[in-house]
Amino acid sequence: MRYLWRRAAHAVLLLFAVSVFSFALVELAPGDYFDEMRLNPQISRDTVADLRARYGLDRPLPARYALWLRSVARGELGYSFAYASPVGPLLWPRALHTLALTGSATLLAWLLAIAIGVQSAARQGEWPDRLWGALTSGFLATPDLLVALGLLLVALRTGAFPTGGMVSPGFGELSAFGKLRDLAAHAVLPVAALVVGMLPVLVRQVRASMLAALASPFARAARAHGIPRRRLLYRHALRAAAPPLLSLVGFSLGSLLSGALVVEAVMSWPGLGPLLIEAILARDVYVVVGAVMASTLFLLAGNLVADLLLYAADPRIRREGLS
Amino acid sequence: MTNERRFAAAAWALVAIHVAVLGAGFLAPYAPTSQERRLPFAPPTRLRFVDDQGRLQLRPFVYALVAQEGSFGAYREDRSRAFPVRFFTPGASYRIAGLVPARIHLLGVDEPARLFLLGSDGLGRDQLSRFLHGGGVSLFAGLLAASLSLGIGMALGTVAGFYGRWVDAAVMRAAELFLALPWLYLLCAVRAFLPLDLSPGLAFAVVVAVIGLVDWARPARLVRGVALVARERDFVLAARGFGASDLYLIRRHVAPQAFGVLVTQAAVLVPQYVLAEVTLSFLGLGVSEPLPSWGNMLAALRQYPVMASYWWMWLPGLALVPVFFAYHALADALRSRSRVLA
Repeated sequence: MRYLWRRAAHAVLLLFAVSVFSFALVELAPGDYFDEMRLNPQISRDTVADLRARYGLDRPLPARYALWLRSVARGELGYSFAYASPVGPLLWPRALHTLALTGSATLLAWLLAIAIGVQSAARQGEWPDRLWGALTSGFLATPDLLVALGLLLVALRTGAFPTGGMVSPGFGELSAFGKLRDLAAHAVLPVAALVVGMLPVLVRQVRASMLAALASPFARAARAHGIPRRRLLYRHALRAAAPPLLSLVGFSLGSLLSGALVVEAVMSWPGLGPLLIEAILARDVYVVVGAVMASTLFLLAGNLVADLLLYAADPRIRREGLS
Repeated sequence: MTNERRFAAAAWALVAIHVAVLGAGFLAPYAPTSQERRLPFAPPTRLRFVDDQGRLQLRPFVYALVAQEGSFGAYREDRSRAFPVRFFTPGASYRIAGLVPARIHLLGVDEPARLFLLGSDGLGRDQLSRFLHGGGVSLFAGLLAASLSLGIGMALGTVAGFYGRWVDAAVMRAAELFLALPWLYLLCAVRAFLPLDLSPGLAFAVVVAVIGLVDWARPARLVRGVALVARERDFVLAARGFGASDLYLIRRHVAPQAFGVLVTQAAVLVPQYVLAEVTLSFLGLGVSEPLPSWGNMLAALRQYPVMASYWWMWLPGLALVPVFFAYHALADALRSRSRVLA
């Protein structure tokens, strides 16, 4: 419990540091959202100056940071110039969409990876193992971007899946079941792209740590005792193989979120990624800061969950306490 | 031995790819910016060996393409005149390795025919020429960014590991900050606060700098680990006992030990950085037109009709797969090599 508090405090500190870092970058950036207005002869200098003053852009950096902190406390996270609304209400639905996408992809990828990895390790060197070995090195060399584009091409050519977005135009009129089906149809391709991106690394790790577990004396003893193969694999060996895999959960989160950014951009899934890119192109600084903070929060929270799982799975850590 | 072989195969494949993109000026029939507005999205030009009378020709030839009236992107061959393919022919001027001016191209045909061996893009620019030139931009962006991040990582990592205490603490806290952000988000965020409309050359430099500066934390952590162990080695302590200065110790004893780790790390990082450049340029935040890069060439695929109709527009993306495959094989071979040595 004390460990949990310490981790939470550490996370808050890191978030704080990230926010200061982003603000320092904002300060270094040349120009702001109102630059283009200044070029427009129909808008007077005074109007632009007024607008800048209203949004506090004419204040020095520390004052702006204090203003921003106050709006964070209100849950607003600053103000978006392009959307003319506080950032918070803009950000949360987007973050939720990203969470739904990455969450379901992670779950699916791990289920598949465990199934494939365990079978490969159990029949090491046989043809399914070698086939998966070749496939994983092939997929490992295929970038997320290409996978996402390829799947989009499939959708375009076959017409079997919607080509982007999260819901169909008439979504509001659908029944509850129809809504679910519509969402699922839209989610298939982005989730598949992310799963293909994650799978090779996960399969390799599951296979390696299962091989280590199966080679250990306890597995040999269990086999000698006549414990059925399936039970040995999934009940005993997988359990012993779990700890390094659980630390991989936290470790692979960063690349998962980066992959999600690309997939969202290609398939126009309304998550954090497209919001961030639009905000960058429009110089909507507070949205950029907000999206970066949200992604950091995801990463930190995911790492914490991974560590807690590790804590639950590995009795050695429970006894000694995490350092 | 098989490992040595795989290492050699991967290394030679990479050398061949890099030489090809370095020699883009010579190998490409056209300059990457040269446009033929009459021929947007022209399909790959067919090299012909048999003429209309059914005679076999030793020198391959092509026919000029003519746009069909009324339909976009549909062409027919004008068979009235054959254009022989010329070898070592003068064309657009370029610079060998950016220095020596030259005009000789490996292949070419006379105007008004065009030699689009891999088709043309939406502005009628030769896809093969852009592919070769763009490959140079993308692959060398990766290499330069990797040397930058490894350089910074090496410097900060050795200093942190060698001196320990508050230096170590400061560097590692900073590394934690950089590692707390998902890396593509961090990349985009840093890019966000730099001017958007830059000249192509400057945009290239900015992309390389951003990728290299943002990812110093991972190599720094690795090198720090090596340096921590290295400074406790007996021969290092002995050298210190003989009065060797810190700089000498780092240079002669700590850095060489970190070097092996760094070489393997480079083989891991370069493909990631190439992909980072491609992704940023694809999203419109990286290398900008008219300078081609595999990323901004792929950006054409964001239009559904282009993606679905013109397969040759996919080439820069498909080329990433063998490049990454070779880098991964190289990294694997280096890793098992260092395991054997250790």
